[in-house]
Amino acid sequence: MALAVFVLVALIGYELARGSQPALHKFGWHFLFSSDWDPGSDNYGALPFIFGTLVSSLIALVIAVPISVATAVYLTELAPLWVRQPLIMFIELLAAIPSVILGFWGLFVMVPWLHDHLFPGLRSMLGFLPLFRGPDYGPCMLAAGIILAIMIVPIITSVSREILRSVPGLQREAAYALGATRWEVTRIAVLSYAKKGIFGAVILGLGRALGETMAVTMVIGNSPQFVASLFQPGSTLASWIANQFTEAIGDLFYSSLFELGLVLLGVTVLVNIFAQLLLKTFAGPSVKPQH
Amino acid sequence: MTAPNHRWRQFKDLLMRVVTFACAILVVAPLILIFYHIVKQGFSSLNFAFFTQLPKPLGEKGGGMANAIVGTFVLLAEAAVVGVPVGVLGGVFLSEYGSSKLNWWVRFAADVLNGVPSITWGVVVYGLMVVPMHGASALAGGVVLGLMMIPLVMRTTEEVLQLVPGGYREAALALGIAKWKTIVQIVIRTALKGIVTGVLLALARVAGETAPLLFTTGNLGWAHKLTEPIAAIPLQIYVYAISPYDDWHRQAWAGAFILLLLVLAINVGVRFFTRDRFQSKT
Repeated sequence: MALAVFVLVALIGYELARGSQPALHKFGWHFLFSSDWDPGSDNYGALPFIFGTLVSSLIALVIAVPISVATAVYLTELAPLWVRQPLIMFIELLAAIPSVILGFWGLFVMVPWLHDHLFPGLRSMLGFLPLFRGPDYGPCMLAAGIILAIMIVPIITSVSREILRSVPGLQREAAYALGATRWEVTRIAVLSYAKKGIFGAVILGLGRALGETMAVTMVIGNSPQFVASLFQPGSTLASWIANQFTEAIGDLFYSSLFELGLVLLGVTVLVNIFAQLLLKTFAGPSVKPQH
Repeated sequence: MTAPNHRWRQFKDLLMRVVTFACAILVVAPLILIFYHIVKQGFSSLNFAFFTQLPKPLGEKGGGMANAIVGTFVLLAEAAVVGVPVGVLGGVFLSEYGSSKLNWWVRFAADVLNGVPSITWGVVVYGLMVVPMHGASALAGGVVLGLMMIPLVMRTTEEVLQLVPGGYREAALALGIAKWKTIVQIVIRTALKGIVTGVLLALARVAGETAPLLFTTGNLGWAHKLTEPIAAIPLQIYVYAISPYDDWHRQAWAGAFILLLLVLAINVGVRFFTRDRFQSKT
């Protein structure tokens, strides 16, 4: 029965490859570098979605990484004991919220709030950057990044916490013995020791962000375009599949969506393997990813 | 060591405590906000009809999600049938049998499977079941969720089985009890609570999955057979949320409230149920 996992891996790879055969055959490598998505002329390319996936995940990492690592540090090193348990439970519950609910909340509560409060401020302060220029209509790339950040914070936090907890107590004691304050102990003895493991946690979060579907689909605006401004709608690989699959007409259209899935699978699997290897070499098999 | 430097270092220490504390608050804030909005809007949108009636056609007010609520439970039951046996037996294999090299690869593959995006599962099962069966069905939806459960259940089962002290196994084996009997009657029985916990958490996770159901379940009326399309709460929330109609938005709030309640109840319940084990771990 354990071998079922290998069967599943093979099945996913085979099925996606089979489904994307016509598109693979017709477009070849060009598919990855073409930005056309035109059912009229039956021409399809993945570039806008690869771009959107990378940008939204990058925004998510920029927001989530400092916050999650700081929270993990707070939880393992600095917080009073009675705070830790409830806080950990809250973070686990945040991880348990279904993605569709987050997206729904994002669409009806967060996006209007961003539109009214955050975006005008960003525009007046950082408007000299092309990133924060132009009108916003609501759903947009930045909203998707923020929702993704909310979704990956619990993973990065809890895996980082496990990593920090596995730092040997002797490390800390040695630094205390030198007269370091609590923060100095954390910085010198704990964080520098755990660097590689925390990096693994971040990559694991990235893997999750790249493939996240529902919440992103609901707040990103679903438009197959390249835009410099984060206030404009965009699309990711996953959100475009979700958005177009039921409307797909014609074999090549379907097949192209399968190929998007294949690209997405390839990217997330590579990122996950990288994260697993980092985590496994850091702490042996005891540290496992949290889902 | 001079005094001003010392004071500066102490100030930095305090500063970092405040900063990291603020970050922790920032992490919890979305949970509180989501909870607040969903409960406030969802509770006021709930009514009796929500649980007993079918969705009304466009333009008519009222109606409910009775079919989606039943559908979610049907899908979960199917998922359990597909996912639990394979997951639990795989976990037993990982913990009790197998060579360490093979097990490393199995664990690795299971962790990679856990990272496969849910939309990809949907596309795969679409190609695998929906196309050959000429249409979306409750069966395809249940299978997709069940497959997603396998790696989750496998890893948690293995983990709780490893917590069973080796002495139990040795004692049983020393009495001449066959290995399979030892595993079934001693090891699994000792770890049963943990295994059930893992299964429930996996069910809670797939209960909220929407992306894999988009192309597999069809989301229609009542299903009388497993080969017919079926509705599910998360999918219904999505469809209603992106529609432009206020009455559908109201239904979506109510659906989100019910789904959140279901998922969080399982999560909190399980934590309460296994509190001792968790406290000794942290």
